Amino acid sequence: MLCQECQKNQATVHLTKIVNGEHSEQHLCEQCAREKGEFVFNHQPFSIHHLLTGLMNIDAQPADKLMGFTSAKVQCNNCGLTYAQFGQIGRFGCSECYHAFGEWLVPLMRRIHGSTQHVGTVPRRAEGAVKLRRSLEELRQQLQHLVEQEEFEKAAEVRDRIRELEEQEQEQEGGAANG
Amino acid sequence: MVNDYKKIVQPSKWMSAPGPDGDVVLSSRVRLARNLAKIPFPYLASDSQTAAVAEQVYAASQDLDGDLGKMTYYRMQELPSLSRQALVEKYLISPLLAKESHNSAVLLRDDEGVSIMVNEEDHLRIQCLLPGLQLEEALQEANRYDELLEQRLDYAYDERWGYLTVCPTNVGTGLRASVMLHLPALAVTKQLNRILSAIAQVGLAVRGIYGEGSETTGNLVQISNQVTLGQSAEEIVSNLFGVTRQIVEQEKQVRQVLLNEDRDRTADRVNRAYGVLSHARLLSSQEAMQLMSDVRLGVDLGLIEEVQGDLLKELLVLQRPANLQLYTNRTLNALDRDRERARLFRQKLTQSKQA
Repeated sequence: MLCQECQKNQATVHLTKIVNGEHSEQHLCEQCAREKGEFVFNHQPFSIHHLLTGLMNIDAQPADKLMGFTSAKVQCNNCGLTYAQFGQIGRFGCSECYHAFGEWLVPLMRRIHGSTQHVGTVPRRAEGAVKLRRSLEELRQQLQHLVEQEEFEKAAEVRDRIRELEEQEQEQEGGAANG
Repeated sequence: MVNDYKKIVQPSKWMSAPGPDGDVVLSSRVRLARNLAKIPFPYLASDSQTAAVAEQVYAASQDLDGDLGKMTYYRMQELPSLSRQALVEKYLISPLLAKESHNSAVLLRDDEGVSIMVNEEDHLRIQCLLPGLQLEEALQEANRYDELLEQRLDYAYDERWGYLTVCPTNVGTGLRASVMLHLPALAVTKQLNRILSAIAQVGLAVRGIYGEGSETTGNLVQISNQVTLGQSAEEIVSNLFGVTRQIVEQEKQVRQVLLNEDRDRTADRVNRAYGVLSHARLLSSQEAMQLMSDVRLGVDLGLIEEVQGDLLKELLVLQRPANLQLYTNRTLNALDRDRERARLFRQKLTQSKQA
């Protein structure tokens, strides 16, 4: 069938319009249809994101319980994406969404990857931060223990060491924000 | 600042050598998805935010000049659409990068073995593309660039989820490794579909190349990993390597069967294809792909001696619409293209015969 408009190209767009109960049919080629503005062609092709949205909001309840509220109320403070929007588009808005959506990501990731824990490369910068955080945790526990034992001299040393590390941590975070 | 891509007709690194198992494996690719912490991802970011990301990556590349090797930075909006399309056809950038510009750019190493896409789906996509079966080498190379860039950029990373990506299917390693395979013997003996569905069962993705929909064209197949979380990059790559080696062995065995037990018909088929490819006056891309597959099989089996395998790899890209138009230096409609494509094959195959 040739295009009704230009009578040159094959008609590949077949439109059925119903206006006030009246049916009308049009057979156009892509170009004419586009020119007539009858059809928006740059629609998103079916993609992985559509499939993902089907995997979300399943098994949400256990996470609701863990977090103490429902996923509908969750929003990323950094970019403003809500969990509901994430469910619709299947894409995160920024790195902070991962923290904001927390436990709700667990069933999704398990379905996609069969796993919920990264294995392998750690960026060197993060490696430093992770180590720092772990030694801070250890020192704080140590401090508490020393205070309980009333070993105040040693506790003071540990406290100074904690302050040092905390400063380092702040520097790193500040550097990251500026970098 | 370079604002055009001039070397379009030069073969990329993956086309200019056979590489290990190069008679079956055309290329190996590794890409790492990386993002910058806290900055909204490209599809959501403001124009000034994506511009700032591009600027940061550009500055990092300038700082790292000596370590990165000779690279050129192309801004997508400054590149004519035909050049962008030609880069897609060479697999150096993704269709998304060419199409939707969020201050998108590519940092391309001069041998075209490494390309770093900026503001694609993720802020960064580091890609290494090598000839033949060289997955581990490609991973090492991509890792080297990743580590260099990490010194200058603040990556989004989480202890639990690994490298944070736009799409949850890439999170963890951010790694997608793939091989492009030419499997004519498995296809002609109708074993391809069975093998492909077996591959899908071990957690790898399979798709045809340059094909319409799910149809494979020119017996080319791409296999890639799907899982990115919970396995290390090395594990993912070695799994894919193992499966690929198996398929390569299968293909090679069936090729020997074709040669030993069906020699006359095989020799006839590949030489007929060679005849058409070197004498036709009109060639559609689809037909050229099918003929090239037959000729390549003939070359690999020693049934056609006048043609080099690498030339066919180069022609695979050169015959595609954008590369063809840049090669002939003319804008071509569909019929023009079929004529110029046929001319290209006649020229290149005659030159190859004389050489």
